[in-house]
Amino acid sequence: MTAALEVQSFNRSFGALQVTCDVSLTLERGARRALIGPNGAGKTTLVNLITGALKPSSGRVLLNGEDITTTSQADRARRGLARTFQINQLFRGLSVLDNLCLTIGERDGNCNNLWRTAGSNPAVIDEALDHLDSLRLVDDALKLVRELPYGRQRLVEIAIALAQKPRVLLLDEPAAGVPSSESHLILDVVASLDPGIAILIIEHDMDVVFRFAKQITVMVQGSVLVEGTPGEIMNNEQVRAVYLGQESQRHA
Amino acid sequence: MAASETINPQRKQARERAAAHLLSRHHFHWAEALPWVIAIAAFYVFPDRMTFGNQVLVMVLFALSLDLILGYAGIVTLGHAAFFGLGAYTVGLGAARLGWTEPISGLFAAALISAFAGLITGWFLLRYRGLTLLMLTLATAIMLQEAGNLRSDFSGGYDGLPGLEFKPLFGVFGYDLYGRTNYVYALVVLAVVFYFVRRIVYSPFGQALTGIRENVRRMHAIGSPVHRRLVTVYTIAAGIAGIAGALFTQTNAYVTLTVFDFENSAKVMVMLILGGTGRLYGAFIGAVVYMVLEDHLSKLSPTFWQFGIGLLLVLAVLFARRGLLGLLEDAGKYLKKKKVQS
Repeated sequence: MTAALEVQSFNRSFGALQVTCDVSLTLERGARRALIGPNGAGKTTLVNLITGALKPSSGRVLLNGEDITTTSQADRARRGLARTFQINQLFRGLSVLDNLCLTIGERDGNCNNLWRTAGSNPAVIDEALDHLDSLRLVDDALKLVRELPYGRQRLVEIAIALAQKPRVLLLDEPAAGVPSSESHLILDVVASLDPGIAILIIEHDMDVVFRFAKQITVMVQGSVLVEGTPGEIMNNEQVRAVYLGQESQRHA
Repeated sequence: MAASETINPQRKQARERAAAHLLSRHHFHWAEALPWVIAIAAFYVFPDRMTFGNQVLVMVLFALSLDLILGYAGIVTLGHAAFFGLGAYTVGLGAARLGWTEPISGLFAAALISAFAGLITGWFLLRYRGLTLLMLTLATAIMLQEAGNLRSDFSGGYDGLPGLEFKPLFGVFGYDLYGRTNYVYALVVLAVVFYFVRRIVYSPFGQALTGIRENVRRMHAIGSPVHRRLVTVYTIAAGIAGIAGALFTQTNAYVTLTVFDFENSAKVMVMLILGGTGRLYGAFIGAVVYMVLEDHLSKLSPTFWQFGIGLLLVLAVLFARRGLLGLLEDAGKYLKKKKVQS
């Protein structure tokens, strides 16, 4: 069975600074993998390289066995690779429902149509409302995104990604910037996502990581330090020294 | 999970409300008839000012084309006069050099040539944004103007092409001293083009343009072919600007290279910002207010009339970021709210 996503020895540098150093990573179908590492480890850069927002200096990336290294960001999205952003990237001046309808429109190619009236297709609206329903956002459907509290906006990020009907989903700190009293809502949503979607999640909260992930990749200074199951990672001396040790010291 | 929740009546109601809103919001609103009623009324109320009225309509059309790219897609350009000028010279040169004086086919030719120029320049330039794009679009308009200057034997140079004559419309409606035919002609062309523009901005394609304006990073991430969308709308807007330019030449019966001026590009942008970008009718209000002010102020003070326009622009940018139309919308909402409260 081909992997949903396969990254083969990515390298990327900004000037003299090498931010991604021979990174390889595989997501099987339906994978639940967490990507952890201290700040500046190159986690978001890796997401940008996978989605095509950045070009790697060398290395390849395969989506369902197809080499997508040279394709555009939009092309990868249309092939079923979706992401959320660490900092919200939403259509703030549009309603929540419009955010979803636009996403569905681009997914299905409806947006090539210059003549039909937008919103005249009940099937699109229905699907958009289904996505909002599953994230309990229906009551906010007609509100402008910028009028929502930040925590709800984070849910819209996820709703957009789901409306792309992805096969691979990259979640870049889905609960970042949300007070911990609300973050469990978002993480519940993440936990209940379709098991058929392969998910890579970047997350700092270790409780969430160990609860959600079946595999964990640890990155330090642009390289993969170690990979393994939560149990293996928890008991790995290197990880404890480099990453968890640091964390627990900071919290102490 | 979703199935059991849709049965929840409250949730179902919220869904129905949302769907109903989306389905009905682009329906024709009675207030939309207002500018057209005014335009028709002006025909009867100011029969001796039709030449001026015609100039206003041409500028409304020009501003409308800019609204498509600036207001909806968020493309900032200072060279939109390039396409206006191309349209103006297509019918000008057609009449002066080739004897092509049939007006309607002239409009189509102008639209095609300007749109083609929009397609070619847009394909190259729309990879850039911000200041770079501003300078490149500006340079495009200047280069076209200088090309006309270089071949002044053909283009007429800075003296332009005076005294053009066009055939009567449909071979029946000829030029009259007060420009009434021209006014009706321009109004009909504006109405037809407006219908197209309205369809486009309310289409799924128009939604995608708004998405590009709101957040281009997200558009890439959801798989939108952003460059293709921008080039498409740039081509359409160029074609419409070309129609406006062609109308300008046909109804004035002359054209000079000043149509390519930076001032022309800047003027149409000021009009649109005054009226309100990204809201279709902003072009109407902006062009009318600008032209009427220009007309009155320049009589009042031939040297300093631009001060008045400048002041209004400063006030609009400071206090009415969404333009005069935005201000009207706010007033409308405020009144509605008050009505509900009382």
